[in-house]
Amino acid sequence: MADADRSQETNGVGAVEAKPDAGPALPRNASSWATKVDRLQVEQREGVRGTNVSGRRLTSPIQGFGRMWQKTYTTNLGEAATPKEVIATWKAHFPEFWPKGNRFAGALAGISPGDVALLDLSMGGVKLSTGVFVLYADEESFTLMTPEGHMFAGWISFSAESGAAGTIAQAQVLMRANDPLYEIGLTFGGHRKEDLFWSQTLTALAQRFGVSSPLIETKSVCVDRRRQWSKAGNTWHNAMIRSLLQTATRPFRGGRRRS
Amino acid sequence: MNAPVVTMDVRRGPNGTAIVDIKGEVTSACESVLMTAYESAGGADAKRVVLNFTALDYMNSGGIGMLVTLLVRANRQHQRLAAFGLSDHYRQIFELTRLDEAIAIYPDEQAALAGAAG
Repeated sequence: MADADRSQETNGVGAVEAKPDAGPALPRNASSWATKVDRLQVEQREGVRGTNVSGRRLTSPIQGFGRMWQKTYTTNLGEAATPKEVIATWKAHFPEFWPKGNRFAGALAGISPGDVALLDLSMGGVKLSTGVFVLYADEESFTLMTPEGHMFAGWISFSAESGAAGTIAQAQVLMRANDPLYEIGLTFGGHRKEDLFWSQTLTALAQRFGVSSPLIETKSVCVDRRRQWSKAGNTWHNAMIRSLLQTATRPFRGGRRRS
Repeated sequence: MNAPVVTMDVRRGPNGTAIVDIKGEVTSACESVLMTAYESAGGADAKRVVLNFTALDYMNSGGIGMLVTLLVRANRQHQRLAAFGLSDHYRQIFELTRLDEAIAIYPDEQAALAGAAG
C-alpha cells in the first residue's frame, strides 16, 4: 500500500498513529490514558458502601496538604513470571491481593483506564469509604489516582520489570496527606500502617506466583517537607469524617446510601 | 530500571529563563536526565524554567510523577515552571492530573517566554 493511500495505521497496541495529513498524531500509548473527567461519576456496587466518590474531583500531590512522600515497595519474583504476566494477573485480581478487612469494588472488566473503583478501608476500627480512578494502564504498569476526601492526594503506580535476578514487582506511591487531620494520622502511625498494607499486598502477589516467603523492600523519601496550608480547606471533603457521620446517621436514613 | 530514551538540551532565553528541549520518551527512567538538565539550566540561578514538549514522543504516568518532583524543586527555589508544545492529548493529561494548575501551559515558545516574563 502506498503511503499516500494510508492516512492511518495501528501501532499494534490499539492506539492509532496518524499520518501527517491526518492531523496531529496520537502517541502510541494514547489508549492507556484515561480521558479527561472533571468530576467522578460512579454507580453503586455490591459489597461496598460507595460513598464519598461521586461528584469528587481528582487530586494530584499538588492539591494535597501534607508533606510529599514517595514510597516504593518492591519484591523480586525471580523467574516465576514475566513483567507482562505479573501486571496482567495484578490487574485481573487486584482486590484479592489486598489485606483482609479492606474491600475494593472495581469494574467487572478489571483495571482499565477511566474506571472508578469504590473502596471500603479498615482504619482503626472505622470503615472509611472512598474510591480511586484508573489514570493509566498498559501491559507493564497501571496507576490509580485519588479523589477529594481520600487519605492522600496523589497516585499509586504498580509496575513490573525485568531485573538481573528476575522480575521485580513494584508499588510506588507519590502523595501528600489530603488535609491536616490525615497528616496527623499519617504522622502518628499512618505511614507505618500504609507500609504494612502494601507489604502485605506485595507478599500476596508474590505468593500467587509461588514465592512462599518474599522479601519486601520499602524505601520512603520525603520529596517536600513543606505543608501546603492553603490546602487546609480540603478537610471539608474528609472521607473519614464523612464515613463516621454516614455510619452514625444510617439508622435515621433507613439504610439509604448517599454520596 | 530501563535506560531512558530521551534527550534534554538546555538553551538560554531572555530574563533568566532557561528552556529545556525534551526529545523522546518521558518516563520515570529519565529522572536523572531531567534533573541534570535542570541543573544545567542554572538550578537555583534560573528564574524561570520552560519545558519544550514539541518533540515529545511518549509519556507515561511515571513521567507525570517525575514532573511533580521537578515542580517541587522549582517551587523550593521560587522559580516558575512553564511548558509549551504539548499535543492536545498531553494537554488533556495535564488537565486530568491537574498539573496545569501548577505548570503554566502555552501554545508555543513565544507565548511561553512572554508569559514567563509576565
